[in-house]
Amino acid sequence: MKDSEIKRLLSAHIFCVFSIILTTVVPSLFLENFSVLGTHLTWLCICSICVTIVNIILYIIFKPNPSSKRISFAHKVTRFLKCCVYFFISCILFHGIIVLYGAPLIESVLETFLFAVLLSTFTTLQCLCMLGPNIQAWIRVFSKNGAMSIWDNSLQITTMCSIVGAWLGAFPIPLDWDRPWQIWPISCSLGATFGYVAGLIIAPLWIYWNRKKLTYKSR
Amino acid sequence: MRLRSGVFAAGCLLVQGLGVGLFLRGFFPLPVRSLPRRENRGGQPAEPPPGPGVTSNWTKIPSPLFKKVVIVLIDALRDDFVFGSKGKQFMPYTTQLVEKGTCHSFIAEAKPPTVTMPRIKALMTGSIPGFIDVIMNLNSPALLEDNLILQAKTAGKRIIFYGDDTWVKLFPKHFMEYDGTTSFFVSDYTEVDDNVTRHLDTILKREDWDILILHYLGLDHIGHLTGPNSPLVGPKLYEMDNILKKIHTSLLLKEGEASLPNLLIVCGDHGMSETGSHGGSSEEEVHTPLLFISSAFEKRNSPLKHPELMQQTDIAATLAIGLGLPISRNSVGNIIFSVIERKTMREQLRFLHLNGFQLSRLLQENMPTYEKDPGFEHFKVAEKSHGNWIKLYLEGNNSEILLNLGKKVLKQYLEALKLLSSSLSKQVAQYDVYSMTVGTVIVLEVLLLLLLSMPKALSSRAEFEIPLSPPLFSLLFYLMCLMLCAVHVIVCTSAESSCYFCNISWLMAVGVMMLISALMCVILSTFGKMLENPKLPAKNPVVSNSSWSELDVLILAGTIGHVVSLGASSFIEEEHQTWYFLINTLCLALCQEICRNYFLVKECDPQITAVKPNFEDTEETAQSRNVDIPLCDSKLGKVTSSDEFIKGSEKWMALASPWIILICCRLLRSLNQTGIQWAHRPDFGHWLTSSEHKAVLSLLAAISLVMIFILVQRRCSLVSKIAMAFGLLGVYSYRAAIGNVVFPWQQDSKDISKGIIEARFVYVFVLGIIFTGVKDLLKSQVISADCRAKRIGLWEVYSGLVLLAALLFRPHNLPVLVFSLLIQTIMTRCIWKPLKLDAAQITIMHYWFGQAFFYFQGNSNSIATVDVSAGFVGLDNYAEIPAIFLTGFATYAGPLLWAIHLLCYLSSEVSRSSAAMGHGCFCYALICSIPVTVYIILVTALRYHLFIWSVFSPKLLYEGVRVFITAAVCMSFTAMDQNQAQKIQD
Ligand SMILES: [Zn+2]
Ligand SMILES: [Zn+2]
Repeated sequence: MKDSEIKRLLSAHIFCVFSIILTTVVPSLFLENFSVLGTHLTWLCICSICVTIVNIILYIIFKPNPSSKRISFAHKVTRFLKCCVYFFISCILFHGIIVLYGAPLIESVLETFLFAVLLSTFTTLQCLCMLGPNIQAWIRVFSKNGAMSIWDNSLQITTMCSIVGAWLGAFPIPLDWDRPWQIWPISCSLGATFGYVAGLIIAPLWIYWNRKKLTYKSR
Repeated sequence: MRLRSGVFAAGCLLVQGLGVGLFLRGFFPLPVRSLPRRENRGGQPAEPPPGPGVTSNWTKIPSPLFKKVVIVLIDALRDDFVFGSKGKQFMPYTTQLVEKGTCHSFIAEAKPPTVTMPRIKALMTGSIPGFIDVIMNLNSPALLEDNLILQAKTAGKRIIFYGDDTWVKLFPKHFMEYDGTTSFFVSDYTEVDDNVTRHLDTILKREDWDILILHYLGLDHIGHLTGPNSPLVGPKLYEMDNILKKIHTSLLLKEGEASLPNLLIVCGDHGMSETGSHGGSSEEEVHTPLLFISSAFEKRNSPLKHPELMQQTDIAATLAIGLGLPISRNSVGNIIFSVIERKTMREQLRFLHLNGFQLSRLLQENMPTYEKDPGFEHFKVAEKSHGNWIKLYLEGNNSEILLNLGKKVLKQYLEALKLLSSSLSKQVAQYDVYSMTVGTVIVLEVLLLLLLSMPKALSSRAEFEIPLSPPLFSLLFYLMCLMLCAVHVIVCTSAESSCYFCNISWLMAVGVMMLISALMCVILSTFGKMLENPKLPAKNPVVSNSSWSELDVLILAGTIGHVVSLGASSFIEEEHQTWYFLINTLCLALCQEICRNYFLVKECDPQITAVKPNFEDTEETAQSRNVDIPLCDSKLGKVTSSDEFIKGSEKWMALASPWIILICCRLLRSLNQTGIQWAHRPDFGHWLTSSEHKAVLSLLAAISLVMIFILVQRRCSLVSKIAMAFGLLGVYSYRAAIGNVVFPWQQDSKDISKGIIEARFVYVFVLGIIFTGVKDLLKSQVISADCRAKRIGLWEVYSGLVLLAALLFRPHNLPVLVFSLLIQTIMTRCIWKPLKLDAAQITIMHYWFGQAFFYFQGNSNSIATVDVSAGFVGLDNYAEIPAIFLTGFATYAGPLLWAIHLLCYLSSEVSRSSAAMGHGCFCYALICSIPVTVYIILVTALRYHLFIWSVFSPKLLYEGVRVFITAAVCMSFTAMDQNQAQKIQD
């Protein structure tokens, strides 16, 4: 059972990675002058939207945490709205943290905000898909030894990797190389993306490697 | 020998200070110097011989080109003040001269450090002063090397000087008449210049002088006060323009038909950065205008193209030729050719030959392989064809051929001169590698010893055995001593260049050698012991926790990351970004830790606190926590609501506090834009200091002072509370007296004083508060009273230092002090108490915040940001030792205040863990010595880097000073610890 779970996880993650790679290539067919560095903001939008769509599709296909109860339609709608609100709050929160880290407050607000949106898609959106708008579950997953399935483990790993990637992405900014990718927020968003992709790839491998050690408490 | 961690760390740092001092002495090289040659001193070459056995009839130094020379040196005159829009607007006469007058205009490039004294030396000797001149800038001794003034005096020229008294110190007996003005009262910018100008009318009427030097300081002071764009700059430039007009017209009047023409030189010693300071190597700081004005030159009729770029060192050589003097022997400059272009071909060639001869001789003396140098080869070729030209000339050949050949020789000479001076300029960096190596070895050994003893020093007893006697009596020790002494003898007898370590007395050198070998033996035996029993009884508490917390990972990663980043020049320039980034991440990690603490393990708290601290509690607490957590899991959900209610407010305070700290840091970051890359960005500090916002600044300063009082007073005794209040009032009135802020009732701006009385009033209170604190400390030590007296005493010393910092900080930096106190309070109350971090973690956090505050207060890793004006608060005239002390304190106030706060905090924590003080001291020493050691090695490896002078050397100086300050802090830690240890024994 576990091996099949891991296979499902791996396929889902590979799908995600491909979608991200496609966002760097496909838009240039439709849009003139498109490049990840040159028209970075466009790419940020496209990438965020694409990852969102892919995540939602994957959620619908795989249903990682199936609930036994039948849920009414109204409940679903409120759940969805709640998710949207949470996502928006997380964008604002990320924006705030980025500004606290030293991003300019007024100039390049759009860049900062889109970067925050990208970070939220890589982290919050996944959590929303997997765990729903349930803060208690979030706290459980992100505390030590809180994971209850391989999905929770992969969630931990990808979230950590994206945030660490974005964190490391800030390092080249002070260097005086005058490269196009040193402009705010390109290095950070690229760092987050690389971190996310790395997390997507690492997570199944890590789980596979440690599959003997991982024992999950039942609910 | 049994030592406590604190004593051990302080001792280590003192030894490390010795090593760093030795390294610094070796690293900052002495500049290119010619050998002292007595036999042919001043021997000037004749023209190159036209043929074998024949000598030319021109053997003497050519006669002067100008009769009288006036040098007007305007301090911090940037090139755009003359050639830019400001010049057009405010210096109409000069602009007209530059555009259509008999004038040659250039941009002279100054070499960093762009500080006045090295620049004057460069102007007068033509050499490039070493970086060490920056440190010597505060007490400039007389200039002993060959220079223009000395040459002029020996030639019987009468020199008159008015202006900056640095000149008088450099040339104490050279001037016929002089009047020096002190440059250190930065707030005064009219009187310094009036002191110079008042002599002008009489001196211009007189005929009994040959050289007149005027050094105007006002512009520089305006720059330091308000920056290059201040409204004060325009009128000052206009004043300078009028002075130039006056001098020029009277020089023109003096010129008779038969006599030689006069020369007026206008130059700046260095420029001014966008913030108004100088010292670095940005384009604004190194580009200065240079004007040669004389009726000997051709009138310019074509509109001015962009002025040519020259080296500042070229002026000395040009002036020497212009005055008919020998070029100073250490000069690396070239003659500015346009000055001599109207002379005959023979004279031109003669001047260039003199210049080339002097440069090639300097090259011979400073470079063993001079014959292979392209400049030298070029010069030899040019000299030969010069001889041929003279042969043709003496034969009376006057044809086209002669002219063409002459032009060719001229071109060859100019090329050779350029090559020669560039290879000489490269020679400036000659390092005393032997002293550097000895220093590095000491520093490295100390770091190794600290690292090796870390597990034991951070154990719960904070006390350990140093294996001292066995290594000291081992054979290895004596062998190493002998070997090192032999190496010393060999190196010193074979060294070509002078070496500092060889010049110190033999006894000292042997002492250092013994120190090195003793350290080595101690390290080896400690290492051997570690290998013997790998199962250490007590491990480092940070490591001993079965799994590392995120905080530990972050601290380790941050330390390593910072140390690695020191290898890149951009990261050194922007080091503040590293620290801001790290403390932000630290706050977020703390936030996460607090969340975990309150949301997940809150039920365990009673049990953890139930483990009453005893003398070996660190481990027990850790163990008990490890045991408790699984227990808690089973009890999840059985929380009583009353517990929740009591802890509710505390919990939310704790949860909010990292965010408050983050916001504070963000505000501080926008207060002072520091570094290099983004230094030009507008920041809040500049907005406040501009004259339109004086009222806002006053309000802010007043609020800040009140806040400081509120934050500091809560733990003081009544007497010092009152003293503090008066002191802070004094600070405000001092700032009002020197014109930084205004009182609300004081509408019209009254005249500005130096605020001596007000500042001294504050000093009295500072000393009073510190004295009370020290008295309490001594009392608690002697009578061994309760801990409370000691805590109050320490806090009083701390508050005295805060008051001193409030006095010395610029008014717009007072919020830095407030936020520092605020963050310290928040951290003590809401973060460290509930999280129960150990002393090592708290120490490292204090160190990180101290570093960040170093940059928050506007410092950077360039010399230019040192606020020298802090050294003159309340001083009537320049007194060296207080000035250095005050400037040092003001610069390092951030790290120092955080370190002292750490001392206060840990001494109040002693009841929880007796070893806290020792751990703190040890960690502080370790965390400071790691970057210094790594940086010393990095700098040695990068010593031929392009940015070594502009980026790496200033940082090295900052790091060196930091080692000495850290040593002082650790000593005070040890003193407090001593006190504590005695009490425990009682
Ligand atoms: Zn100057
Ligand atoms: Zn200055």
